[in-house]
Amino acid sequence: MFLNELKTGNKALVKKIKASGEKRRRLLDLGLIPETEVVSKRKSPSGDPGAFLIRGTMIALRSEDTSLIEIKPLNKYTEGR
Amino acid sequence: MNSYRDQIVKDIYNKAEEIANKNVKNKQLDRYKWEDKIDDILTSKLLGFPIMLLLLGAIFWITIVGANYPSALLADLLFWIEGQVTKLFFALNSPAWLHGILILGVYKTMAWVISVMLPPMAIFFPLFTLLEDVGYLPRVAFNLDNFFKRAGTNGKQSLAMSMGFGCNAAGIISTRIIESPRERLIAIITNNFVPCNGRFPTLIVLATIFMGGVFDHHFSTLIATAVVVGIVLVGIIITLLVSWVLSRTLLKGVPSSFTLELPPYRKPQLGKVLIRSFLDRTLFVLWRAIIVAAPAGVFVLVFANTDIGDLSLITITANFLDPFATLIGLDGFILLAFILGLPANEIVIPILVMSYLATGAMLEPDSTEALGNILISNGWTWVTALATMLFSLLHFPCGTTLLTIKKETNNLNWTIFAALMPLLIAILLNFIVVQLIYLF
Amino acid sequence: MGLTSQSSGINVLRESFNLNTEKKNPIIALAGNPNTGKSTVFNELTGLKQHTGNWPGKTVTRAQGYYLYHNNKYTVVDLPGTYSLLSNSTEEKISRDFICFAKPDVTLIVTDATNLERNLNLVIQITELTDNVIMCLNFMDEVKKKNFSIDIKGLIKDLGIPVVPTIAREDKGINELEQYIEDIINNNIIIKPEKISYSKKIEDRITKLIPALKKQYVELVNYLNFRWLALRYLEGDNKIFETIDKLKQNLIIQNNNPDVKGEL
Repeated sequence: MFLNELKTGNKALVKKIKASGEKRRRLLDLGLIPETEVVSKRKSPSGDPGAFLIRGTMIALRSEDTSLIEIKPLNKYTEGR
Repeated sequence: MNSYRDQIVKDIYNKAEEIANKNVKNKQLDRYKWEDKIDDILTSKLLGFPIMLLLLGAIFWITIVGANYPSALLADLLFWIEGQVTKLFFALNSPAWLHGILILGVYKTMAWVISVMLPPMAIFFPLFTLLEDVGYLPRVAFNLDNFFKRAGTNGKQSLAMSMGFGCNAAGIISTRIIESPRERLIAIITNNFVPCNGRFPTLIVLATIFMGGVFDHHFSTLIATAVVVGIVLVGIIITLLVSWVLSRTLLKGVPSSFTLELPPYRKPQLGKVLIRSFLDRTLFVLWRAIIVAAPAGVFVLVFANTDIGDLSLITITANFLDPFATLIGLDGFILLAFILGLPANEIVIPILVMSYLATGAMLEPDSTEALGNILISNGWTWVTALATMLFSLLHFPCGTTLLTIKKETNNLNWTIFAALMPLLIAILLNFIVVQLIYLF
Repeated sequence: MGLTSQSSGINVLRESFNLNTEKKNPIIALAGNPNTGKSTVFNELTGLKQHTGNWPGKTVTRAQGYYLYHNNKYTVVDLPGTYSLLSNSTEEKISRDFICFAKPDVTLIVTDATNLERNLNLVIQITELTDNVIMCLNFMDEVKKKNFSIDIKGLIKDLGIPVVPTIAREDKGINELEQYIEDIINNNIIIKPEKISYSKKIEDRITKLIPALKKQYVELVNYLNFRWLALRYLEGDNKIFETIDKLKQNLIIQNNNPDVKGEL
């Protein structure tokens, strides 16, 4: 499964980044390394980009990027606070 | 190489995680619930765009309404000062031409710019800054990115555009946040289509007189606001269209990456921000009034009082431009005012009024009614107003902005393009709109 | 020759960053993730009237200013906000080049205490590059509001650098920062950051690379951090080596003809 398929509100772990070169570097530097937890928080009203919680920071990513991030979905995200 | 990089990044992140876990106690991973709720609303399918529109409208409305009282006060004050200084001139027996240049030309133009332009600018800027400080603007980029992607660029362009509301030169500089040089250039070239602080008092004044004035007082400010918002929307649409065309022709390329952080909402330091922004804007307008408006006033005064044959230089030039100007819904004087207004957009209306008044003297700034009368008696209709507003929105960038473009792009050709392309679009659109109106 | 080329060499570097080298003021670089209040810290230090907005990428010009502390003048350079020094975006390149080549006397890293883990990423990367680092832990008021706590002493021990809690927008903690900066410049304190050690495979390769790199860039032996350079080599970072090659050429020219100014 890939990050762009993760439903809003759900949690997942990063498995692999299927990109190379510049793009790969950029995604890695955002903290999307294997075993990192990612939460899909919401989508833009026009459908794309999506907002994801990565290591405590909310980051907007387009689907052409998130479709390259292979993930392992976890249980449905429940509000912590 | 690939695997070394991965491993290095991984090791650093793991170390960061380890140190953080050791030294941070009791932290909940996520944001406050209310932050999430707000974000859900601001970016929702239903409310996201309407809210953006409403906020824009609200800011304009507050600016329009809020500016009235201070404008009147300033006008009274400056008029009183003028009276005192005139008495002084009289007492000193100074020559009439000196009084003419200094008072009727320089002082009156400055007074007009200050009392008409300063209040809206001093209100709009702090309001917008507040929005910025709170953290709302990245949400705008988030909402709009898809449109920009389809136009071949990047949601961050919307951030540069919002800076352009304050000042197009600042908007140009803020395009540095766009990484791709191609997309950055597109953002620079199209930034002009967002009306800056020097232009929307003009939009507001014209909208109030010719559109709002038709209705009774309760609705007039609402109508004026709606018209201004409408003009801004036109600017946004043109931005997207031009970006789209450029992406497929002169600046071909694929949309680059888009990574934007949506920061947590921070309580803006109301007092500090408002005061600093207010002072900042006030000083800026005053400085500009001295550096640009005053000389322009003198220039027009001289031009209007230098005759060749029976007519002043101004009238001759305006008559020359008139046939072309009428095609696009303007008249020769209006077009001339725009041309002479290259240094700074806020002097366009003063120049226009001084030209109309044949003597080249500026009128009292306190009355939009007086302004309206002058315009109407020179043949203005709501069509003229609309054409002027559109032209103001789209025409070439001001001198400061062009200099900034040259500095940021280091390329004379693109700078010239950035001046001529908007002008062409302004002429085209005006022509089309005017013809359509006359058709019905 | 050695002493002269050293002092003129660093001036060549600094001048290419538009720093006035005649003045000999200590140079303080401000680094940090976007949105950490870095510009607020800059304003509090230098008093410049510069607006700080709350969206990432706001500091895209390089703001420069100065402040006086105990009658000494300190130049402050506000670097663009970045998450990392490793990628090749413009902001990251600017920050990295500045810290690496202009060699600020102190690098002050402003971090968001409410998001320590992500912010530490940059802190760790910077301590690999330079020793004179102070970590400014900002937004401590938000930490209080969110009801958690940070063990500052523990951070100091784990990182090996000074960690100063601040609430920049209320001007709290700024004095401590200025004091630490003064202490570092005057050599009253020596900072020895805890350096991250990588996997054995990487560490072995680094050990082999360092002497080879030192041989190739013998002119730059005193300027550059060769362990850091070895890591960049492993990663395949071409850009930094392009810059270093240019630098090497400039220094060779400089050594042979002291009047010629180089360009990066």
